[in-house]
Amino acid sequence: MRTTDTGSGTGPDTGSDTAAGTGAGGTSGTPATAGAAPEGNAPEGNAPEGIPEETRLAREAESQLSTAPGEEKLNVPSIGAVGWARWFWRQLTSMRVALILLLLLSLAAIPGSVIPQSNVDSLKVENFRKKHDVLSPVYEKLQLFDVYTSVWFSAIYILLFVSLAGCIVPRTWQFVGQLRSRPPRAPRRLERMPAYTTWRTDAAPDEVLGGARRLLAGRRFRVEREGDAVASEKGYLREAGNLLFHIALIVLLLAFAAGQLWKSDGGKLIIKGDGFSNTLTQYDDFKSGSLFDPDDLESFGFSLEDFHATYEESGPQKGTARDYRADVSYWEGADGREKQDSIKVNHPLQIGDSKVFLNGNGYAPVVSVKDGKGNTAFRGPVAFLPQDGNLTSSGVVKVTDYRDAKNRKDQLGFQGFFVPTFGGSGSGTMFSQSPAMRFPVLFLTAYHGDLGLDYGAAQSVYQLDTKRMKQFKKPDGSPLAKKILPGETMKLPNGGGELKFEGVRQWAQFQIVHEVGGGWALGGALAAIGGLAGSLFIQRRRVWVRAVTGADGRTVVEMAGLGRSESARLPEELGDLAYAMQNDAPPVPDEPETEPGSRHVEHDEHAEHEEQGKKDENDEDDKASAEDGAEASPRGERT
Amino acid sequence: MNIAAAATNENLAEISNYLIYSAMAVYALAFVAHIAEWVFGSRSKVARTAAALSPGREKGREAAEDARDGSEAGADSGAAAAAPAKGAAAGGKASGTSVLERPRPKVVVRSSAGRRGELPDGPGAAAGDEQGDLYGRIAVSLTTLAFLLHSAGVLARSLSVQRAPWGNMYEFSTAFSMVAVGAYLAFLVAKKNVSWIGLPLVTTVLLDLGLAVTVLYTESAQLVPALHSYWLWIHVSLAIVCGALFYLGFVSTALYLFRDRYETKLLDGGTPGGFATSVMERLPSSASLDKFAYRINAAVFPFWTFTIVAGAIWAGDAWGRYWGWDPKEVWSFITWVAYACYLHARATVGWKGRKAAYLALIAFACFLFNYYGVNIFFNGKHSYAGVDG
Ligand code: HEM
Repeated sequence: MRTTDTGSGTGPDTGSDTAAGTGAGGTSGTPATAGAAPEGNAPEGNAPEGIPEETRLAREAESQLSTAPGEEKLNVPSIGAVGWARWFWRQLTSMRVALILLLLLSLAAIPGSVIPQSNVDSLKVENFRKKHDVLSPVYEKLQLFDVYTSVWFSAIYILLFVSLAGCIVPRTWQFVGQLRSRPPRAPRRLERMPAYTTWRTDAAPDEVLGGARRLLAGRRFRVEREGDAVASEKGYLREAGNLLFHIALIVLLLAFAAGQLWKSDGGKLIIKGDGFSNTLTQYDDFKSGSLFDPDDLESFGFSLEDFHATYEESGPQKGTARDYRADVSYWEGADGREKQDSIKVNHPLQIGDSKVFLNGNGYAPVVSVKDGKGNTAFRGPVAFLPQDGNLTSSGVVKVTDYRDAKNRKDQLGFQGFFVPTFGGSGSGTMFSQSPAMRFPVLFLTAYHGDLGLDYGAAQSVYQLDTKRMKQFKKPDGSPLAKKILPGETMKLPNGGGELKFEGVRQWAQFQIVHEVGGGWALGGALAAIGGLAGSLFIQRRRVWVRAVTGADGRTVVEMAGLGRSESARLPEELGDLAYAMQNDAPPVPDEPETEPGSRHVEHDEHAEHEEQGKKDENDEDDKASAEDGAEASPRGERT
Repeated sequence: MNIAAAATNENLAEISNYLIYSAMAVYALAFVAHIAEWVFGSRSKVARTAAALSPGREKGREAAEDARDGSEAGADSGAAAAAPAKGAAAGGKASGTSVLERPRPKVVVRSSAGRRGELPDGPGAAAGDEQGDLYGRIAVSLTTLAFLLHSAGVLARSLSVQRAPWGNMYEFSTAFSMVAVGAYLAFLVAKKNVSWIGLPLVTTVLLDLGLAVTVLYTESAQLVPALHSYWLWIHVSLAIVCGALFYLGFVSTALYLFRDRYETKLLDGGTPGGFATSVMERLPSSASLDKFAYRINAAVFPFWTFTIVAGAIWAGDAWGRYWGWDPKEVWSFITWVAYACYLHARATVGWKGRKAAYLALIAFACFLFNYYGVNIFFNGKHSYAGVDG
């Protein structure tokens, strides 16, 4: 057990450490082996028979301080398929394999951060594909564009979680067993435990032990009296916390998986004044998990009443956005009343299991188009998409129902830019100078012909397919292009009508996410943290008190403590406990000096025959070892 | 009004910069003082590990014994000697607490004496040398002064932008080293044996601040809307604290590896060079270094877990999904798994010791990469760090 924290148990040390440990105190092995080896199941190198009762008891003292599985040798099974299956299962649920799987998992996660992922940014994946035509098919095969849903990544974490489950179940049983059994009996030689203290007192052994019981129980140790000793144990929360942590990981994983499978996630651009209701057809774009069903969409809707954006007015980041707010009115359920709310970045609107996020914003110039006959062929706001941080936006106006001056049926397409803050004609740039609307300008050019809306593939409303269209020309033959301010018009040549820039409306881009299991994931995560804290901050330890009548008629009290790992806190705690016990069982000094070493002249007799036995046992032991020193101080060889 | 406020803020930002520069100057002095401490530290008293481990140990043990400051009576040879620090801690309490009417019981601490035994910790850089010790004290005083300037700088920066001072890489770096130094000083105040961290810490803090004021510098400014959230306080400040503490664990682990090699060499009867001996002998024993690293890493791990969970909650509010395999998320996850590996390794036979230590180094490297590498090389949703990569 000592090697847990010292970290010196590698290489040539491991063997000798264990050997020395065994010799020195009968406390062999590491927590893992000690925990897994029930009494009598001695680690290699000790003949199971013939271990002195003494050593057996000492080992029992340490047994089951943890439920960690022991390490098994990779010995190859001999018996058929069942043997192999069992061997495989043992390997899978061993700490070593869990460790390797964890390592693999972290390695496997790396490529996903280097190679673009289609579920994160599909546009980037497209670009990557275009650039690397040799590499891409290989990546494709290896599922490197979808690392986190790939077969190999899934295989690792599924194995890991099978291993985890296969490890948790027996550990939980074992732990329940431990909770129901009593703390291990006091080893006969308490002075060999990592922390030890002793004194003599006039109080009777029974009184002392009774006091010890009360004290330990009062400090929430589990206490058990047997014969001349009290055994106690505390810190079970460590193991409970550890189990909770690992179980919580499974809950977390399941919740995450459920979230992915039933997820739906769509975007919708809404111009101020317009609305949306939550059905599949209303989305601009929509993604969903593999088990998603359109009927899962919750019934609600909302409309964008107002939109506010504030921008940095000065300083080096002048013009960058400070805050966005979308004021919406929404309804929920078939006959829900309208309610008002606002959505901000970081503050989505939650409706049932769905959340509505504010994702972006921009401008929609309001235009009206008159045809050659003077009839209004189109009127309304047209959302332009931002191209830079100052909301220089591009967009198109498509007019399908148009007749030219000669009353021929035709279609129109206007293409161009909108800038909310134009730098002025002298600025030499067409780009917007600020995202706020201070000097809105529309730059347009116009086409006529076939918009191509009738041919199969759906067309983006933000792009103009000019393949079958002809650009309007000025009388001098150059393409018609015009800068128009609100209220101004752009006239088409030959009396072909005009486009009027009537004003600007804002739009906001929303993301509507429906995700199940979020609460479970959060609960799992918090439980995991709680379990982890228990598992890492709580010490599991045992304390024994023995009180016997010494040769001089006085009571000799001995206390010892043992923890799962060596910690400075254990001796301190033992000191505190002993100090508290001495209230009822005050130590009797028999010499003016209260050095503990000087009090044990008589006590030595009591220990003498024991001393004998130990000498034999320690024959091979390092003579200069701590052993003799340990005796020296409490047993008072100085007197 | 607005302009006046902006002017104050710019003044504050400037003051912050001056404070950071001054802190760097004082850290540099502390660095020099630490070097002096190591140089003047006595070499004669420091070879006790070598004495304890080299062949003919019997005598060596005694030598080691003598070399100890002897807070414990000479009678405790063997076991008590094997754990001098603890024995002294438990016993020392008795004498220290004179208010109690009776002495505290003396607890005997026993350690499993492996072949290596539980070696005494080195005496520290000064190694009992008076002049060295003086320089050591000067170094700590200077570090404290620098820390105060450093903190004032971070505070001024925070006031200048009226928000948490960790919105970009410059601010993150300055806060990061501030917390590392603060933790180190807190350990010193708590009388923990950490003075050996002084030199490596001051060195890296200088490097970190140097990088911050040159490469990473960003004018003080407001945050993009996505960063307007109280989760910024929780998530980022926790990340900074975790990182700073993980860094201390990292230093300890790295020194453990050196010291462990040194001890192994001695055990095998080798004679390390004079320089190695001089340096290694003054460090704590490999066991102490390893334990310190483990304690820190284990204690920080739940907080790191919480940092990630807090980030996920924030992401859920800001981006519509709590986990989306963004590069920053991926690397936080990798870092987390790497530290979990380390913790597991320590509980796994055959992995504890050096192998676990290597895992700890890798885990910290992942943390660093998550911070610097991901911000600079990848651009994901987390890329508003204010560096043109
Ligand atoms: C999802 C991956 C896993 C993570 C993140 C994880 C994490 C952890 C952590 C942080 C500890 C605390 C270590 C300590 O007490 O020092 C721990 C302990 C432990 N884990 Fe895991 N674990 C995982 C999977 C597994 C699996 C698959 C097994 C089963 C083989 C397992 C078995 C154990 C055991 C037995 C302990 C207790 C070690 C001890 O008592 O010192 N873990 N785990």
